Amino acid sequence: MLMRTPRRDDNRSRTRLVLLVLAAVAVISLDAVLGTSSPAQPVRDAASSVLGPVESVAHKALTPVRAIGDLFTTRADLRRDNDALLEENARLRNQANTAGVDTARLEELEGIADLSTANGFETVQAQVVAIGGAQSFSRAVTIDVGTAQGVRRDMTVLNADGLVGRVVGVSRSNATVLLLVDARSTVGARLSGDSELGFVRGDGDLSGAGRLTLSTVDAAAVPIEGDSVVSWGSRGQVPYVAGVPIGRVESVASSPRDQSRTVTLAPYADFSALDVVGVVVARTKGR
Amino acid sequence: MSAIRPALVAVCVIVCVVLQLSVFTQLAVAAVVPDIAMVFVIAAALARGPSYAAGLGFCAGLVLDLAPPADHTLGRWALTFVIVGYLAGLVRQDTNRSVVASAACVAASVFIGTSVFALSGIVLGESGVSIARALQVIPLAVLYDVAVALVLLPVARAVLVGRDSAPAQSRVGVGVR
Repeated sequence: MLMRTPRRDDNRSRTRLVLLVLAAVAVISLDAVLGTSSPAQPVRDAASSVLGPVESVAHKALTPVRAIGDLFTTRADLRRDNDALLEENARLRNQANTAGVDTARLEELEGIADLSTANGFETVQAQVVAIGGAQSFSRAVTIDVGTAQGVRRDMTVLNADGLVGRVVGVSRSNATVLLLVDARSTVGARLSGDSELGFVRGDGDLSGAGRLTLSTVDAAAVPIEGDSVVSWGSRGQVPYVAGVPIGRVESVASSPRDQSRTVTLAPYADFSALDVVGVVVARTKGR
Repeated sequence: MSAIRPALVAVCVIVCVVLQLSVFTQLAVAAVVPDIAMVFVIAAALARGPSYAAGLGFCAGLVLDLAPPADHTLGRWALTFVIVGYLAGLVRQDTNRSVVASAACVAASVFIGTSVFALSGIVLGESGVSIARALQVIPLAVLYDVAVALVLLPVARAVLVGRDSAPAQSRVGVGVR
């Protein structure tokens, strides 16, 4: 009796395992094959409108936890810096601690406002409330604005430093933003020095600030280190509006064999410490 | 009580997913966040066995697949958690409930889970996943998850089987040993 019962139990759980694996594979196949017309899209939207607000509340309720996180990341960065920067950072951190998180957020908001008015964008302010970890192998974040605030798919997302990404999914109260550093991200870009056109792709780096690679349309164009790169902009301003700073040319490596050039950009936005961002919902100035 | 337990477990799954995506991202180490949802499935496997954990894993995986900002192919976490729940449940039948054995089980399960998820991405041709990146992420994830599991396992156990598991709830597999 004692021997038989567990065996029957084993068989039943094995059958269950096979059924569940098949169910999961079926879901994956449906979603993968049907792509954008996938029946999963409405389910995704529904789940997003339920879980998004919960994420927003959890994020707001646990701000003290965030302060601890800031402390850890700051420390890790400091080790890599020289002594002077170490002191400088410690001083700034003290200031930030005494002034509170809100001051930093206010500065960020003012920065976005400045950038927006300079370029004639109308932006909606948003807070990053959820981030996919490195284990998800993608760089995407959830922000706490959605269709209710006028946010649509493919809108440009920026912060005070520069371009952040674009909206790839949106529900009533929140939206998913694909960051520039994600391997799937491509942006049309213009070198500010000589107006050379090109494409900026994310390197898919899962942690830290990440790096971008620029490939110029004209293969003969030679970008210079330190050159600034701005978004080129697309027809109808989707997915990216024109003129938003993306990054600075960090290095230009050329390979004589195939006459190609690898141009690496350091993005202006710090993708490892995103907090307040703006979504460009309209242009106030004609272009 | 029998009707309350599944509801409580469902709430726990959602809490775990939200903690993982919204709260623990602030405590990320090199962008690696603890897989709270996966640890909860492993806890279910250790407390209730492979069959229960595989079923719970499927549901929890779907929630994690759907929760923003996820934008990968739906069902990848579901598949991963079914496998993790089942395997961890099998191990549970062979080990006693010491802390070290549980930690080892969590480490092995997380290793398998993160690998299965990464491999499913490679098979589906999703960009951003590569073996080199997976190898960077997995060791950190294992360490972080074991640390979190030390706290989470007793809590999850209390939710899954009650504070002190009554003899009626101990399964036949335990009796054999």
